[in-house]
Amino acid sequence: MSASNAATLPEQRKVGAGPTDRRLVLRHQLPTRIWHWVNALVVFVMLMSGLMIFNAHPRLYWGSYGANYDKAWLVVGSTPATGFLEVAGVRINTTGVLGRWIDRRGVVVRRAFPYWATIPSSYNLAAGRRWHLAFAWLLALGLPFFWSVSLLNGHLQSDLAPRRDELSPRHIWDDIKDHARLRFPTGQAALRYNILQKLSYVGVVFLVLPLLVLTGLTMSPAVDTAWPWLPDLFGGRQSARSIHFILATLTTLFILVHLVMVVLAGPINEVRSMITGRFRIPQPPVGEEGQ
Amino acid sequence: MISRRRFIGSLGVGAGGLLLSGCDRLNRSESFRGVLRSSEGLTMRAQRLITDRNTLAREFPESDLSPIFRSNGTSMPESPAYQALIPNGFADWRLAVDGLVQRPLSLSLAQLRAMPTRTQVTRHDCVEGWSAIGKWHGVPLKTVLEAAGLRDKTRYIVFHCADYYGAYPYYESIDLVDAFHPQTILAWGMNNRLLDVPHGAPLRLRVERQLGYKHAKYLMRVQAVDSLAGVYRGKGGYWEDSTDYAWYAGI
Repeated sequence: MSASNAATLPEQRKVGAGPTDRRLVLRHQLPTRIWHWVNALVVFVMLMSGLMIFNAHPRLYWGSYGANYDKAWLVVGSTPATGFLEVAGVRINTTGVLGRWIDRRGVVVRRAFPYWATIPSSYNLAAGRRWHLAFAWLLALGLPFFWSVSLLNGHLQSDLAPRRDELSPRHIWDDIKDHARLRFPTGQAALRYNILQKLSYVGVVFLVLPLLVLTGLTMSPAVDTAWPWLPDLFGGRQSARSIHFILATLTTLFILVHLVMVVLAGPINEVRSMITGRFRIPQPPVGEEGQ
Repeated sequence: MISRRRFIGSLGVGAGGLLLSGCDRLNRSESFRGVLRSSEGLTMRAQRLITDRNTLAREFPESDLSPIFRSNGTSMPESPAYQALIPNGFADWRLAVDGLVQRPLSLSLAQLRAMPTRTQVTRHDCVEGWSAIGKWHGVPLKTVLEAAGLRDKTRYIVFHCADYYGAYPYYESIDLVDAFHPQTILAWGMNNRLLDVPHGAPLRLRVERQLGYKHAKYLMRVQAVDSLAGVYRGKGGYWEDSTDYAWYAGI
């Protein structure tokens, strides 16, 4: 990667980071940092309280209706001795994790998701819903906040939006190879999001999270009455519930990959940059200058 | 010296454990639950804001009916008094309409069936997550309430049921916006037949813009009140009282 395609970030102009600069530069602006940490909390609560709600009926369907006698495409269930996950008719033994597991007191529980994955940790649909439907407001209001602030402060245009040349298959392939070799950008290039980062951030911020909010709203009989286009958009309430679960799974995968990348890229520098905003530009190893 | 991997691993486990026990502790805190609960009012106001009070929930074609509409909650009330009503088709059953009304009523099933009937094919959404589509036949609650004549102080309608959970009878309540909604009916029929016992015979509530637990079955009494505080444990419904379900079940 050459330094010639380095976009000038608004932050860099403020701090004036040069290619061999070892100083701390402002990497993340305050609204980005606030939204990141609020969302980190909110998304964790949403995922874990969502799994509690899922445990009340661990079956997923397509269409408007779906209940115990209807065909489910995903089931988490149990037999007297095992737990299983069944997807499209294929059954996987998940004893100990899904369907049948042992709680903190050593008691066998036959519920879908285990205690360590749910809020609260013991079965309580009412409480799971209280958490989920309260924190949903923070998620739903946080998104338009982040979108509008990012548009106004230029974060969206200069950092998140992929440039045309970055979208060429060759560039994307090169970036995949860099990731596979765990070769992280240094110098100026480390101040920009690479194309895989841009695509995954844009995908989560503008697609996955808003669709989670919309599919969540589609499960509300009152919202469906007000906005009947919502169940039409997703193919019915039960389809919306299925899509909600799939999107939550994608969000979980995103978080896992995101955390792994933070650790690999240098957790202290990365986490500090998201807390104080300050980021130390990583230097290329000796002999690899200009690569 | 502990390895970095083990250190990071134990940090992860420790953070996870803290998060879990922290959430459980918060969940037990009455003031924190109060904060969570306050969003219920926000949700209700927001949903009422985007919905006209007379907007109808979607009605489906009969081809969309669930092949089997599962029953939920009580499928056979245990009380001898209720079970004695079954053999002769609830001919001895009466619905009491009382509380803050001008003219308390005692209505037989035949009288209710002689009143104007609304038929609607709607989606029933359970709080647990499943949905079933059924066809309901019944008299609009509005018709019954107008026959009884609500007093001005009335704010809620309470539905008392024949089924018990332990020491407590099932009951539910709705406000007047939902009580006077055109699709809010006292249903005596389902899928072209009289209501069967698992689905709430002889009479159940349909309140189509809310979740299933509001749709009280085995109705015995409809009571107009100015406050829910004096009804059983005061939160407006059996599940609201016993497990902290939201009173407003629009989502």
